[in-house]
Amino acid sequence: MTIFTFTLILLLGAYLAGLAGSLTGLGGGVVIIPLLTLFFHVDIRYAIGAALVASIATSSGSASAYVKEGITNVRLGMFLEIATTIGAVMGAILAIYTPVNIVAIMFGVMLIFSAAMTLRKKSEAALETGSKWSYKLKLNGSYPTKTGPVAYKLENVGAGFSIMTIAGMLSGLLGIGSGALKVLAMDTAMKVPFRVSTTTSNFMVGVTAAASAVVYLQRGYIDPGIAFPVIIGVLAGAFTGSKLLMKINVNSLKLIFSIAITMIALNMIYNGLNHKF
Amino acid sequence: MATKENKKMTDYDMEQLIGQVLRLGVLISGTVAIIGGIWYLFQKGSGTPHYTTFNGEPAGYTSLTGIFKGLATGSASEIIQLGVVILIATPIVRIFFSLASFVIERDRLYVIITSIVLLIILFSMFSGLH
Repeated sequence: MTIFTFTLILLLGAYLAGLAGSLTGLGGGVVIIPLLTLFFHVDIRYAIGAALVASIATSSGSASAYVKEGITNVRLGMFLEIATTIGAVMGAILAIYTPVNIVAIMFGVMLIFSAAMTLRKKSEAALETGSKWSYKLKLNGSYPTKTGPVAYKLENVGAGFSIMTIAGMLSGLLGIGSGALKVLAMDTAMKVPFRVSTTTSNFMVGVTAAASAVVYLQRGYIDPGIAFPVIIGVLAGAFTGSKLLMKINVNSLKLIFSIAITMIALNMIYNGLNHKF
Repeated sequence: MATKENKKMTDYDMEQLIGQVLRLGVLISGTVAIIGGIWYLFQKGSGTPHYTTFNGEPAGYTSLTGIFKGLATGSASEIIQLGVVILIATPIVRIFFSLASFVIERDRLYVIITSIVLLIILFSMFSGLH
């Protein structure tokens, strides 16, 4: 295979990754790593570098729209970014001491968890009263709906913050946005309505990924020949996805995608256990 | 662009500004990556990819000075890396704008919170963790 064909196939793959990532809400990075490692037999460290770049591209691209619509809770995101960036830096340090096959196994487990999370029941219920810290930190807000703005309050700020640190660490170690864990922290622990938690999580992914990307860039994980088809492909795919999202029902798609992701994840775990990375 | 009346900046203005910064960053980095990428295929398209073993990238791709040196010689790889750097810088620039907005809004608590995030990222950049 020449670099030219490699680039074209990767461009197409990244496009589909961006498309699937935006339709299911998993983000672009999740599909990039198995695509590069299992299909192209690229070393997982290059794949992690590429996935980080893909995560930043999709996060920034879609966050620009969500923030403008006023759904994203910027203060909540900013506050929790303390946790995710500290986690991301720890993850980038941990990566030095973690064997690549362990990274692959952890990635597989994270993938299955993410697939399960896309199928969960979503709660749009808004809390009437928040906890003491939610007021002190000015984390409560409101978001626009078809029937007018809805105010919401949150609780369990400490628990949310802790889960976010773990989410950041996994993001730094595995190169993914760990959107699924971020949403879990905000939905389940802090009781944020899911439209707010999804967009705020997406908003935070860019900063979290950037915190570890500056380390990985210097460590030589980001290769230009992989980076450019990935950036362009994922951005174009995410753009198409955001247009399609309005027109089609994604529920059956999510189910198919979750099953596919789980099979890929088992493959990663199997190869990791057999030291094939 | 964001503040119509210079006196008071609202959360709405901040949201529009942040959205604009993110969009611009993605557009610029995407454009640079496309230009570098096409040029890269002309320079190296007929070669063979060598990604199955990890060697780490040469120093030229991993530091700003290296990237700028490569740009001066017209090397496509460094043009792409510049696009990558702009992409990584986009959310970081966004934090700077958030910080400025909170200063204007006189939200002391969030000036502190935003500064902490910024410090963590700057630490990550310059601490030599690699």
